[in-house]
Amino acid sequence: MTAYQVSFYLISACLLGTALLAVTTRNLFRAAIWLLFSLVGVAALYFWMQVEFIAAVQIVVYVGGIVVLILFSVFLTQQTGQQLPRATRTRRISSLLAALAGLVLCWLLIRRSGLTATGRPFHWDMHRIGSHMLGTGDQGYALPFEVVSILLLAALVGCIAIALKSPSAQDNNQNPEDPA
Amino acid sequence: MIPLSHILAVSTALFFIGVYGLLTRRNLITLLMSVELILNSVNINFVAFNKYLFPERLDGLFFTLFIIAIAAAEAAVAIAIVINLYRSHGSIDVEDSRDLKY
Repeated sequence: MTAYQVSFYLISACLLGTALLAVTTRNLFRAAIWLLFSLVGVAALYFWMQVEFIAAVQIVVYVGGIVVLILFSVFLTQQTGQQLPRATRTRRISSLLAALAGLVLCWLLIRRSGLTATGRPFHWDMHRIGSHMLGTGDQGYALPFEVVSILLLAALVGCIAIALKSPSAQDNNQNPEDPA
Repeated sequence: MIPLSHILAVSTALFFIGVYGLLTRRNLITLLMSVELILNSVNINFVAFNKYLFPERLDGLFFTLFIIAIAAAEAAVAIAIVINLYRSHGSIDVEDSRDLKY
C-alpha cells in the first residue's frame, strides 16, 4: 500500500467521521464546527485528486462563506449552551435503517456497474479551465456562467427583501392577536 | 491506484450521512447542514467521473462549480428565511412552524 492510497483512506475516514459527528452532535455550534472539518476534508479529497481549482473554490466558498453564514445564524437564533432535543428512538432507528438500506443498495449498484478508470492523464491548468469557462465555442460555458451570475444577484436581492424588518412585520409582532 | 468504486463509496456514504441527518434533525439550521453534505457528495461524484472517466473534457468540473455557486445562493436565502422565521415565531424547529402565513 503506497502513501497515495493511505492518504485517500485517511482523508475519507476523517471526512466521514466528522460528517457523522456533524449530524449527530446535539450542540448546534459544535455541529457547525464539525461540518467545517468535513468540508475541509472534501477539499482535501479534491487536492488528492489533483483538481486544485475545485479544491480552492471549495475552501473559499464553503469553508469561508457558507460555514461562516451558518455560524452567524446559529449565534442569532440559539441561546448559548442550549442542547438540541434528542430525536425519539423510533425515529433514530428508522432513519438509520433507511440510510443503511440506501447505502447498501447504492454500493451494490456501484459494484455491478463495473466503472473503471480509463487511466488517461488529466492535465488542465488554470489558464485552459478559465478559457473554457468563458468560452462560447465547443465546451464553452459562458452562458451558464452568466445565468449563475444573474441567479446570485437575484438571491442577494431576495435575501435582503426577506430578512429586512418591514414596518408591517413590526406591527404584527406588537399585536399578534390583531387579525388585520 | 485507488479504484473508482472506492471514491464512489465515500461519496455515497457522505450522501446517506446527510440523509440520516435530514431524517433525524428537527432544527432548520441542522437540516441546512445536512443538505450541504448531500450537495458535497454529489460534487465528489462529478469530479471523480470527470477525472477518471472523461479526462479530456471539463464538464464535470464546471457542473461542480455551478453546484457550489447555487449552494451558496441557496444557503444565503435559507438563512434569511430562518432568521425571519425566528423573528416571527421565536423558534426554528420545523415542528413549531405550522402556518405559512403569519
